[in-house]
Amino acid sequence: MIVKENSKNNFEQCIKCTVCTVYCPVAAVNPLYPGPKQAGPDGERLRLKRPEFYDEALKYCLNCKRCEVACPSNVRIGDIIQTARINHSKSKPGLREFTLANTDLVGSVATLAAPVVNATVGLKPVKAIMDKVVGIDHRRIFPKYSQGTFEGWMRKQRKAQSTFEKQVAYFHGCYVNYNNPPLGQAFVRVMNALGYGVQLLDKEKCCGVALISNGFIKQARRQAEVNVRSIRTAVLEKQLPVLATSSTCTFTLRDEYPHLLGVDNHDVRDEVELAVRYIYRLVQQGAKLPFKADAPKIRVAYHTPCHMEKLGWSSYSIELLKMIPSVEVTVLNSQCCGIAGTYGFKKENYETSQAIGEGLFRQIEASGCDYVVTDCETCKWQIEMSTSKRVLHPLEVLAQAL
Amino acid sequence: MRYDSVIIGGGLSGLVCGLRLVQAGKRCAIISSGQSALHFSSGSFDLLSALPDGEAVTSPVEGVKVLAEQNEEHPYVKMGVERFAALAAEAVATLQGAGVEVEGDVAKNHYRLTPMGTLKPTWLTLSGYVRSESAEALPYKSVLLLNAEGFLDFYAQFISDELRKTGTTCRICNFNLPALEIIRNNPTEMRSANIARIFDNEQAVEALSQIISREAGECEAVLLPAFLGIERGDVLARLQERCGRTIRVVATLPPSVPGVRTQIALRKAFERAGGVYMLGDTALGFEESEGRITKIYTQNHGNIAIEADDFVLATGSYFSQGLVAKREGVVEPLFGSDVCQSESRGEWYERDLFTAQPFEKFGVRSDASLRILRGGKAVENLYVIGAGLAGFNPVKEGCGAGVSMLSAVYVSDNILKK
Repeated sequence: MIVKENSKNNFEQCIKCTVCTVYCPVAAVNPLYPGPKQAGPDGERLRLKRPEFYDEALKYCLNCKRCEVACPSNVRIGDIIQTARINHSKSKPGLREFTLANTDLVGSVATLAAPVVNATVGLKPVKAIMDKVVGIDHRRIFPKYSQGTFEGWMRKQRKAQSTFEKQVAYFHGCYVNYNNPPLGQAFVRVMNALGYGVQLLDKEKCCGVALISNGFIKQARRQAEVNVRSIRTAVLEKQLPVLATSSTCTFTLRDEYPHLLGVDNHDVRDEVELAVRYIYRLVQQGAKLPFKADAPKIRVAYHTPCHMEKLGWSSYSIELLKMIPSVEVTVLNSQCCGIAGTYGFKKENYETSQAIGEGLFRQIEASGCDYVVTDCETCKWQIEMSTSKRVLHPLEVLAQAL
Repeated sequence: MRYDSVIIGGGLSGLVCGLRLVQAGKRCAIISSGQSALHFSSGSFDLLSALPDGEAVTSPVEGVKVLAEQNEEHPYVKMGVERFAALAAEAVATLQGAGVEVEGDVAKNHYRLTPMGTLKPTWLTLSGYVRSESAEALPYKSVLLLNAEGFLDFYAQFISDELRKTGTTCRICNFNLPALEIIRNNPTEMRSANIARIFDNEQAVEALSQIISREAGECEAVLLPAFLGIERGDVLARLQERCGRTIRVVATLPPSVPGVRTQIALRKAFERAGGVYMLGDTALGFEESEGRITKIYTQNHGNIAIEADDFVLATGSYFSQGLVAKREGVVEPLFGSDVCQSESRGEWYERDLFTAQPFEKFGVRSDASLRILRGGKAVENLYVIGAGLAGFNPVKEGCGAGVSMLSAVYVSDNILKK
């Protein structure tokens, strides 16, 4: 939903106030990036006149959308920049982009031989080759792949889940499927405790966020169309809400599809939401979460991922965490961790990525928490690699307390 | 979601109101559609600089008594001339409680230096800014005006020319630092906020102190653009200590670094006290029952309503779309509040751009408690504060920040009294 659209060219709403430039995490650390105002609305004016004005430095935008959150005039700055990249970028994605972007394909292969893959990508010579030949920074730690997928586990659950009268559909995303099935299982446990069975969508493809940022637009659009079709079946035919546990998948399904890929989802968009929001509403309507009395006390610090900030939904996660008697919650200042999906994996972005996150890492170490909690998997990788803390998802914390 | 009070608008007024409510133990949320006008702050807060008839005000606390004779619809007059000084004191206490250090006196305006080099009356000025007790000149006979090479949002020559007219000699000097070389690669990002980040680093502060010591010579004071540190607030003090000199900052063109720091300080204080600040969200609709607003709906929260006992509209004026000028008239788009305005569109403007413009006094109608009028009737639990109020001219009367903060204090008191 767009609140105020005063012109068909959204950039014309920009009044040149410069507020966005204060909040761009990239411009603050990387002088090669022209900043959101120049890259977005100012540059758009030029590109409309002549596409040759397109500047390849727009690739440094990490699509965090913090410029849009800061903008007092509702300019969709991040969308303008990403659309310009889609329409004008001459740089062709290579092997590295292919590997990073195809989380689905790589995941399905990697889970078949998870122990071997996990051990191999951790080896120094392999890291050196990936760095020198492929351009994936050698300092980056790869997420571990799981043995067996979440979908595989869910297939065995089908019967048990169908015994619940009330049902929800789950968009699990690549991370839960290939890297962290226990998070999906935690979600199922919490939903079951609330009296809801969980089912998969007819067909789920990767939401496509990594394809978009790596320049595979046609493939992203095809996958988006498959997903929207499956979501329509769930929402319109089966009357099921579609819940997700990743803030970025949710944001992509709801907003990047229509804004960047031109895939219409208006008839189902409002029924796609984060599980924490859905659960928060159930609790508000009187549902009870049966918390254990003897759960060990933990102190957690909540980190707001950029796309969660854009969705404006961090209060749902924070309020749910506050409901757990054994959990003490502090909220970290909302700032980008620097990884932005596949951005921080690229050799040329490593320094920028770590410099952006530095303030957050310092905050985390100073917070005295036992765990960091966040709704985004790539924030988790970045924080676990860059601080001494383990990172949990709100639903994992909830499930542990039940 | 349920709160005791919900404020729509997260600028100076909304934050001061919210801060006072949470500090009094209320559960409070602020919904802010993007960042606020504090990002364009001059570094000063005006209270009352002139009367509607144009006469200059030197003492706001005296001036407001005459204001009552000239415009009984002015927010200061509605809140009560007798409460004026107390409200102002509360506003200062709220700022200082949040760590925003200001200097000024409700009984006597001082003068700030504009980015154009002229002196303008004001009430409070953030510590570190150059200021004068006199309308005629700065308290220095000679100054060094130091600017970063390539920083275009600061017009040193204008300032120098104006100061010379008032008897202050002014030498301009541009300085360079290795860190500036790097950001200069990208001229569009050569902005105050990015330069300020350089001075979060002690090395750059040290390097600047050496430049100042080398260049300052016999001058009485060194003036710098207000770009000394985004995270750090102690850079100026550190420089003065290193150089043993009087150093002051001058407002730049936006973004205003001290304004950004003020916004961040107020928000942090609000959140620390338990407030919830929702940035980048816009209130879109509401429900009402028996003369009360019961809940509002926002863009981000969709079908999950935000409920509260009291609602405060702090959405500002035209810039932030708290007021919208349509062909048929000026409207307040969220609640459809009554708006005080000229009968016909032809009376919105005066031909002379530099006289008081009627449209500047348009705003939301309210009763004596600043409860909003809709269809001529006050809504029991809906208040208006800040730039969206009717009946004042923030530019000509130099009272914008004062109206924002005093009305915020006044309404928070009214809510807490209930």
